[in-house]
Amino acid sequence: MGNLEKEKPYPPHDRAHSDVEDIKRNSNYLRGSLEETLKDPITGSIPEDDNRLMKHHGSYMQDDRDLRTERNKQKLEPAYQFMLRVRASGGVVTPEQWLMMDSISHKYGNDTIRLTTRQSFQLHGVLKWNLKNTIREVNESLLSTLAACGDVNRNVMCNPNPYQSDVHAQVYEWACKVSDHLDPKTRAYHEIWLDEEKIIDSNDVEPEPIYGAVYLPRKFKIGIAVPPSNDVDVFSQDLGFIAVVENDVLLGFNVSVGGGMGMTHGDDKTYPQVSKVIGFCTPEQMIDVAEKTVTIQRDYGDRAVRKHARFKYTIDDRGLQWFVDELHERLGWQLQSARPFHFDHNGDRYGWVKGSNGRSHLTLFIQNGRIMDDGDYQLMTGLREIAKIHDGDFRLTANQNLIIGNVSNRKKKKIEELIERHQLTAGAHYSALRRNSMACVSLPTCGMAMAEAERYLPELIDKIEPILEEAGLRDEDIVIRMTGCPNGCARPALAEISFIGKAPGKYNMYLGGSFTGHRLNKLYKENIGEEEILNSLRPMVNQYAKERIAGEHFGDFVIRAGYVAEVLDGMQFHA
Amino acid sequence: MGWILLELQVMNSPFNQEQVDLLNRLLPTLNTTQRIWLSGYIAALPETAAGPTTASAVATPVETSPTTTETVSFSKDVTILFGSQTGNSNGLAKKMSKKLEEQGFQITLSSMGDFKPNQLKKVENLLIVVSTQGEGDPPDNAIPFFEFVHSKRAPQLEHARFAVLGLGDTSYEFFCQTGKDFDKRLAELGAERLVPRVDCDVDFEEPATAWMNDVLAALTQSATASASPAMTDQPAVSSTVESEYTRTNPFQAEVLENLNLNGRGSSRETRHIELSLEGSHLEYQPGDSLGVYPQNHPQLVNDIISAMSWNSDDIVTISKHGDQASLHEALLHHYEITTVTKPIVQQLAELSSSDELKALVAPGREQDLRAYISGIDLLDLIQDHSFAGVSAQEFTSVLRKIPARLYSIASSPQAFPEEVHVTVRAVRYEARGRERYGVCSVHLAERLEAGDTLPVYIQHNDNFRLPENPETPIIMIGPGTGVAPFRAFVGEREETGASGKSWLFYGDQHFATDFLYQTEWQRWLKDGVLTRMDVAFSRDTADKVYVQHRMLERSKELFEWLQEGAAIYVCGDEKQMANDVHLTLEQIIAQEGQLSPEEATEYLTRMQQEKRYQRDVY
Repeated sequence: MGNLEKEKPYPPHDRAHSDVEDIKRNSNYLRGSLEETLKDPITGSIPEDDNRLMKHHGSYMQDDRDLRTERNKQKLEPAYQFMLRVRASGGVVTPEQWLMMDSISHKYGNDTIRLTTRQSFQLHGVLKWNLKNTIREVNESLLSTLAACGDVNRNVMCNPNPYQSDVHAQVYEWACKVSDHLDPKTRAYHEIWLDEEKIIDSNDVEPEPIYGAVYLPRKFKIGIAVPPSNDVDVFSQDLGFIAVVENDVLLGFNVSVGGGMGMTHGDDKTYPQVSKVIGFCTPEQMIDVAEKTVTIQRDYGDRAVRKHARFKYTIDDRGLQWFVDELHERLGWQLQSARPFHFDHNGDRYGWVKGSNGRSHLTLFIQNGRIMDDGDYQLMTGLREIAKIHDGDFRLTANQNLIIGNVSNRKKKKIEELIERHQLTAGAHYSALRRNSMACVSLPTCGMAMAEAERYLPELIDKIEPILEEAGLRDEDIVIRMTGCPNGCARPALAEISFIGKAPGKYNMYLGGSFTGHRLNKLYKENIGEEEILNSLRPMVNQYAKERIAGEHFGDFVIRAGYVAEVLDGMQFHA
Repeated sequence: MGWILLELQVMNSPFNQEQVDLLNRLLPTLNTTQRIWLSGYIAALPETAAGPTTASAVATPVETSPTTTETVSFSKDVTILFGSQTGNSNGLAKKMSKKLEEQGFQITLSSMGDFKPNQLKKVENLLIVVSTQGEGDPPDNAIPFFEFVHSKRAPQLEHARFAVLGLGDTSYEFFCQTGKDFDKRLAELGAERLVPRVDCDVDFEEPATAWMNDVLAALTQSATASASPAMTDQPAVSSTVESEYTRTNPFQAEVLENLNLNGRGSSRETRHIELSLEGSHLEYQPGDSLGVYPQNHPQLVNDIISAMSWNSDDIVTISKHGDQASLHEALLHHYEITTVTKPIVQQLAELSSSDELKALVAPGREQDLRAYISGIDLLDLIQDHSFAGVSAQEFTSVLRKIPARLYSIASSPQAFPEEVHVTVRAVRYEARGRERYGVCSVHLAERLEAGDTLPVYIQHNDNFRLPENPETPIIMIGPGTGVAPFRAFVGEREETGASGKSWLFYGDQHFATDFLYQTEWQRWLKDGVLTRMDVAFSRDTADKVYVQHRMLERSKELFEWLQEGAAIYVCGDEKQMANDVHLTLEQIIAQEGQLSPEEATEYLTRMQQEKRYQRDVY
């Protein structure tokens, strides 16, 4: 193997490191000067270096961008606030944990909860002075914010599968194990937020056995799909596992590597990518596969250029076979051949279903994952009332929706009454387009946003719906996604129709993603506003209504009709 | 130059028209020497013994004891002591001093705080100009002298003569109390009253001038008038151009900027107003205040006019000189209509047909009257009592002129040449079912835009000054709008490159919305111009935290700064904050300096005397 060692092309850590690498290296395992800067009473902000570290603790500093100019004129600093991401493996929480989230959102946040595309919770508007209490309360209810952001493995996603509840239970258990195994082990989090005793690190023991002192070059994402649902968009993950089930028994997982959404406008060397299936492992082998994959990215990922540091570029630059060889070498054993699998869709299926365990599950439609009371629509109150009596669980879906899971027959009637009273909805009266829509948070809190997303997509759909109705397509499932920037939080590169923000009111429009989430979409028009969006969609939708083949999805049709070319690999995304 | 001649009229002088014409022709042609010679000559004439001048109608009549006309020879040494909080008494004392100097008197001019009490027994002619604060108290730096005069240690003053000019505000219960106290006490100590005391309301110019003239006449008359030959070479005209704009002749300053410093969601509204002083020659120092003449609220003006069934366009005479204006104009710009004082209600009672009101102003009902007028405005009075048939002219001639409001200047003149900035919190509240407004603050907040003009003048305040030594550390305590002068202080120290350390204590309700001038403090901290800053936001936590709590938390460092010679400045609310801060300072000094409470008090008093503890409170 000595030979191979020599042939490894230009190990990235020989090159100049990006500034973030230095910040991490000098942070003493994510401590930095956070303890002091959190206490600075003159500003609601923390310095940029500490903010970089803060992400690893599950929080970003943001500010209310709607107020930025106004406050600047008023001689006030920006309305700094913190987004706090609370993770739960596979998105499963207890009713007690739900009530805690509800409570802290009112006590410390902006009175809303945001369900994310990675099955996490986000609180917005937390002031610096309240961070510690907020994080403490999260931990007291046995949830955590550690590693919800930052250059580490993020929340492990897992299909919340209400149909095959027995299989879900098994897959979910493995998701938790993988997640726990890849958690950062630094004590910084407990010292800073939970006032736990400071332990002097001994020089003999590496505090981070998997990550080391500089952690990963970039974030790392793992998702587990259970066919036929690809709700977790397994091909968008750095590392994907596709459950292989026979007769309700989990045999193992197909392993896929090298997916990822983010790109940078105007830089063709960055692109979204879909992961490739490289083999099969048993459930017991899963943790080993995850750990070794992470360490390969740790050692070979690009630490010089952050926008080129995701795992997908490590693989694309060196070739898939190089990775498989390296993985086998580190594992000391080989993956089996991949098993056949089939996906039907990457969206959610709404309404009540009965699981194989005899309990019921209700999938509710939550527009863009925002839990709030809005005038007559008392969504947040309704869910709080349900949580007070519920004896099952809550499951956050990968499409920002919510499952009231494992409802006992005894409680089902009562829950139905609460659903009725608060007019909560499974979305049946919405158009299928809206039920398959997803937007990131974007303005006013996200620092990267270039255009509106969550605040605008519902409005845009209002205007697309008449076009669909006229064409008789109101109930046709079409996946539509929007993000305020090209980093891809709502996984826009996999949607049949998607919009990525360029400037206020201006979007790049992409078409041709597959309904099952295995194919990327392609740029159709650049930098267009609402009028041109609607004018572009109208003839396309009409033609689709008239000319589609039975069972043909919109994303497949636009390729066949020649609107855009098919993109099977991210390296062709800009071609 | 040097004296601005008041043009004599029949109305403003004891002369007839023929005499007025003759004098007006003669007086402007006289040079200084001629004037002094003439005044001495006239003073020496036996027939010209001037009778006691009565104060103008605006001033409160004062019980008088007859001035003596003994022919004892008094020296021309005059001591003028002033006790000033906002600078008005200081200004008047300086004016008096100048007036007397021109007449050949030798003047000792001093603030009461600087005057050595043991010198009192040597004083022959003593003039007191003093204002009254809050509950009838003397100004801060006058307290030690006031207490000395009222103590057993005070010397007998049989060989001295004195006169007192009191400044105050009739809307307060203890109107001109300090002046009254001095007047009474000096007489008790055996001194002879030169002229009757005059108590001035907020519009003090006229009665104060009359008092000065009376004093001048009385002193001149008794002095051995030898036409003062020493005065032939009068000092040259000062080289700097003096501004013509004063309290009585305000400058129309253009508004450059008017913005709200409180972020969205705040319960506060604090205006930052930038004004241009270009062309005014007005000069100021950090610590000075800006006098602003406001407009009344148009809604209140209209409500009063319609409640009285008057006509907005009616013409009323608004000054003794016969100036006229429409009623609307007069109520909007000239008269105070939001405060009802005892003298006003007494005069209005005579016009009213309300027996109830007449009964209320009768002797013996003072308590009830005070309770009634507290917090009411003219509209309340009109609605409560009938003034049917009273003409606008009758009514308005009783009213006080609208007083200027003083705001601590928030800009350093070095940092913003030819500009002046103020920080004004809009006052709004509800009383008796009606929305009420702070006259000036709401005018500035709601009806003043960039490009408009505002009548202003500079009110100098020598009792709130940066240390002369730029190396002296300063500790500034200014919650809310009390932070305004410290923006001027820190800005000034930045511009002048002063090397002394500085420490600011600031507080308000909420960090997110109420942190006035936040980004400027942040920059000054970053640049090291401001050494330390501690903040207390009272509504952000369960326990209400104020600046004094932050001071206590830092008591050790704070005392170290004091021991290094730091000067302390306090600006803002008097009743609560300044008092709490004072007690906290005493506590810190006792605790950290291991001193008894009495010693700590003494420590602070000494700091006050050394001008190392100054306050600008309101």
